Amino acid sequence: MADASDNAPLAVTPLNALHRASGARMVPFAGYDMPVQYPDGILTEHLHTRDKAGLFDVSHMGQAFLSGPHVIARFESLVPGDIGALAQGRIRYTQLLNEEGGILDDMMVTRLSDDRLFLVVNAACKHQDFAHIARALPDLKLDILDTRALLALQGPLAAAVLSKLLPGVELMPFMSAKNVMHGGVELYISRSGYTGEDGYEISVPDAQAESFAKTLLADERVKLIGLGARDSLRLEAGLCLYGHDIDTQTTPIEGDLIWSISKRRRAEGGFPGAAHVQKHIAEGAPRKRVGLALEGKAPAREGAEIADHAGNIVGRVTSGGFAPSLQKPIAMGYVDAAHAAPGTELNLIVRGKALPARVVAFPFVPTRYFRGP
Amino acid sequence: MSETRYTKDHEYIRVEGDVGIVGITDFAQSQLGDVVFVELPQAGKVVAKGAEAAVVESVKAASEVYAPVSGEVVDVNGAIEGQPGLVNEDPAGKGWFLKIKIKDKAELSELMDEAAYHAFVSSCS
Repeated sequence: MADASDNAPLAVTPLNALHRASGARMVPFAGYDMPVQYPDGILTEHLHTRDKAGLFDVSHMGQAFLSGPHVIARFESLVPGDIGALAQGRIRYTQLLNEEGGILDDMMVTRLSDDRLFLVVNAACKHQDFAHIARALPDLKLDILDTRALLALQGPLAAAVLSKLLPGVELMPFMSAKNVMHGGVELYISRSGYTGEDGYEISVPDAQAESFAKTLLADERVKLIGLGARDSLRLEAGLCLYGHDIDTQTTPIEGDLIWSISKRRRAEGGFPGAAHVQKHIAEGAPRKRVGLALEGKAPAREGAEIADHAGNIVGRVTSGGFAPSLQKPIAMGYVDAAHAAPGTELNLIVRGKALPARVVAFPFVPTRYFRGP
Repeated sequence: MSETRYTKDHEYIRVEGDVGIVGITDFAQSQLGDVVFVELPQAGKVVAKGAEAAVVESVKAASEVYAPVSGEVVDVNGAIEGQPGLVNEDPAGKGWFLKIKIKDKAELSELMDEAAYHAFVSSCS
């Protein structure tokens, strides 16, 4: 992850005072002073999100509008996602690619209208992402929303909580968006998230962010959740952390993200690195991101080597840790194509010991997205 | 009478005769967060002062537990392998890691006493 240099002053989100007042342990993340956990701790926060509703400050992420003539087709020149097939008010997960088909960042794209998109990108990449988009699409208008906070409300009770405040949001299908007026300000609401649970991401003007967060927290079913549990939740859901599980050295096919590229776009190409990506689709990628379920109790962390039973190194762990919902360690990593089939037995090398693990399909914990009323 | 000494890596050693009971301090467990895995040495292992004696893993990260003094591991706390959360709940009691037969008691004098450790922790946080 491209963290800002240690000497640079950390940026703060509009909820910084709330985090500190709530007893958060703050850490530098992507150049921001962010809460890694609150006094309850990561395990409790994780399980609370799976059980009820967790509120995450993700204001460090980048938000922008991209607008202008032919914005759909123009933006498709940068990403392999099918933005053309996206209905108005619907959201798609896609990736900004480089000329080799490597991933510059992964992101959410909302089609607001035929000439306007809403983009949400990773905090650590946002400056280079926006520079890249502005440079590649000079005919379009990129409005970076640097005065809006982003809150995520995630968990099985998220819809019950948010609809008390904003009636109607419970009917939004997963991966849809709408704008709602609340207390005189416009909220951009997406039914999406990064936990595998039902939930929302809510873009709110900086000035109203703290009061809106406090309104949500007044509901006893909602607790603040830090970046630590955000990481363990997304790992259980099998979702990639940019800079770890995917980066400029991985194509979306290697990253097991082929589901995010439609048939039309696979066939037509027309995105950066399309020839590389199409070759990986046609011939199979030489390596693939896989889920790894460990048999024992010892976790394997990022960087651990993956070996076959003969002791040959066949890959490397990119994310790993203890899965609170499963009460056992899980990991994801890249392995040679020959070892990528679910059920393959491998060893993860931790402190010189070979920990037995099995390749499993994602997600580790079933997702519970709301597909429609 | 037992006395407890502390390392700069936040291990404690409670000396009872020739044996020292080793664990991590309350400050260490609070910094680590929820402990989910502990790897203990075999009894009989000989460790040098400052060498890795055990591993403790929280949800976020793995950390080493270093031997505060040189000696032979004479016992380990199997209970924390089954219930790693004991390290958070009772680090100075049920959450101990291992017992070392102390080779040279002079090494203890290189460690901090309680007052010095408290001052050290205040300077950390």
